Amino acid sequence: MTQVTVENLWKVYGDQTVLENINFTAEPGSFISLVGPSGCGKSTFLRMMLGDESPSRGRILIDGVELEDEPSPDRGVVFQKYSVFPHLTALQNVMLGLEFGGSPFLARLRGKKRRAARAASLEMLQNVGLSQAAGKYPSELSGGMQQRLAIAQALVKKPKILLLDEPFGALDPGIRAEVHDIMLRLWREERMTIFMVTHDLSEAFKLGTRVIAFDRVRTRPEEAKAYGATVTFDLKVDGKSVPPAPAEPPLKAAAQ
Amino acid sequence: MRRLINRRPDIATRFGLMLVPFVIVIIVYMVASEARLSVNPNDKLLPGWSSISAAVERMAFQPDQRTGNYLLWTDTISSLTRLGIGVAIATLIGGVFGILQGLIPYWRATFNSFTAVLSMIPPLALLPILFIALGLGELSKVALIAIGITPFLIRDLALRTAEIPHEEIIKAQTLGASTWQIILRVVVPQMLPRLIDGLRFSLGAAWLFLIAAEAIASDSGLGYRIFLMRRYLAMDVILPYVAWITFLAFALDLALRLFQRVAFPWMFRGRA
Ligand SMILES: Nc1ncnc2c1ncn2[C@@H]1O[C@H](COP(=O)(O)OP(=O)(O)OP(=O)(O)O)[C@@H](O)[C@H]1O
Ligand SMILES: [Mg+2]
Repeated sequence: MTQVTVENLWKVYGDQTVLENINFTAEPGSFISLVGPSGCGKSTFLRMMLGDESPSRGRILIDGVELEDEPSPDRGVVFQKYSVFPHLTALQNVMLGLEFGGSPFLARLRGKKRRAARAASLEMLQNVGLSQAAGKYPSELSGGMQQRLAIAQALVKKPKILLLDEPFGALDPGIRAEVHDIMLRLWREERMTIFMVTHDLSEAFKLGTRVIAFDRVRTRPEEAKAYGATVTFDLKVDGKSVPPAPAEPPLKAAAQ
Repeated sequence: MRRLINRRPDIATRFGLMLVPFVIVIIVYMVASEARLSVNPNDKLLPGWSSISAAVERMAFQPDQRTGNYLLWTDTISSLTRLGIGVAIATLIGGVFGILQGLIPYWRATFNSFTAVLSMIPPLALLPILFIALGLGELSKVALIAIGITPFLIRDLALRTAEIPHEEIIKAQTLGASTWQIILRVVVPQMLPRLIDGLRFSLGAAWLFLIAAEAIASDSGLGYRIFLMRRYLAMDVILPYVAWITFLAFALDLALRLFQRVAFPWMFRGRA
């Protein structure tokens, strides 16, 4: 399991300070909900976690090592939109990660390796309840199905850290509860450290082991640009703890 | 009364309406032709149906007395060959360079302005240079078509590539993809149908360059023939040739559209 340490992190765009002085340590295997008003820099923080943006100051450590400054398979991601590839079927979307890993030049697997990747991907689709939709293109799936597909696609690489940017924002409450259960189950089984941005406080508390809020402390208009958001609220969720490590991970190690 | 913008013709009406402008053009032509021929039976400007169909018969279904060729078909084959080779070269170069320019920041920094400037050169102004450098043969005609549409294809595809959501590119990297793998599995498959769109839009220009090159130096081809016939004011040949070129252009466009639907079903499925 993976520990994430954020040290004195700042992000400045031009003359606008977006985030300032963010400090916290995420325990291995924790599920961190990030909340805060629109525009306070939650997505910016996730982009820095991904390595898509670099911090203006400070650093992010993963198990004590500064993170790579570009995206890599140890950090999976599900965005609110555009997380899956429109030209691939659901099954192909999930298999893609395994094909990247197993075939550097063609990114296509053959024979035995292909059958193994296919089986692992089908199992992952089943985990998120999409067995029936394996042959469909994303445009033929509902919003909730697309997000579940994006989760399956990210998890097939067994990332140490999973980053979710408002992944369930567009779902209706019924489907949302369903996807929450899937998410919690997979989190326990895979023992990832998860960061989830959400605007829904009940979702934040339902899923998270810890809820962290970003917000601006100074709100006077003339100060708006010079001061960014920082951690204003950091709460462990009662009665929730990092799940104990199961003897053996239930999902067979299909990745790599 | 519903607003005009909300009133939609049903399918039969649509079909009928579609024919209206064509029928009007034909009727206007026939009336005008009739009027001129009744004044002067030897008038060449607007030949009647009988002389047009005789010309078609002569060009398409009887061997030429001098060469023994069926001229319409040999002209069609030489023109389509030139067009096909030129367009194929342009598509290949446009595809490769467009994707690199849209995806790789260092490539874009190097070539973006260069292709922008290249695309401003009027290709027809290059034709004399091509004739001087490459001779009057097939090469210079094919080169004109390729040079004429490649810059557009590169720039169009570079824009489309840059429009791929950043999220997709990030996602691919989190799945462990290298730059090459991203090109191969994420960018190229999504850009092929866009490239076909670009190709469809540039076909008109490609025909223009083909006919211009054939008009100036050639011994066969659809463009060569209509410019040759101009000397004899042979409107009875020129008009059907123009109609035939139009039909070929239309059929090519349709074929590309159908190919797109068959080859890239993901673009047309579901709600997309
Ligand atoms: N590339 C960029 N260049 C300049 N400013 C940026 C850039 N990206 C984000 N910002 C600014 O940073 C601030 C934070 O943006 P961010 O997307 O992180 O907000 P957020 O907390 O995710 O908001 P939301 O809840 O609406 O998604 C915004 O004011 C935005 O204008
Ligand atoms: Mg955001």
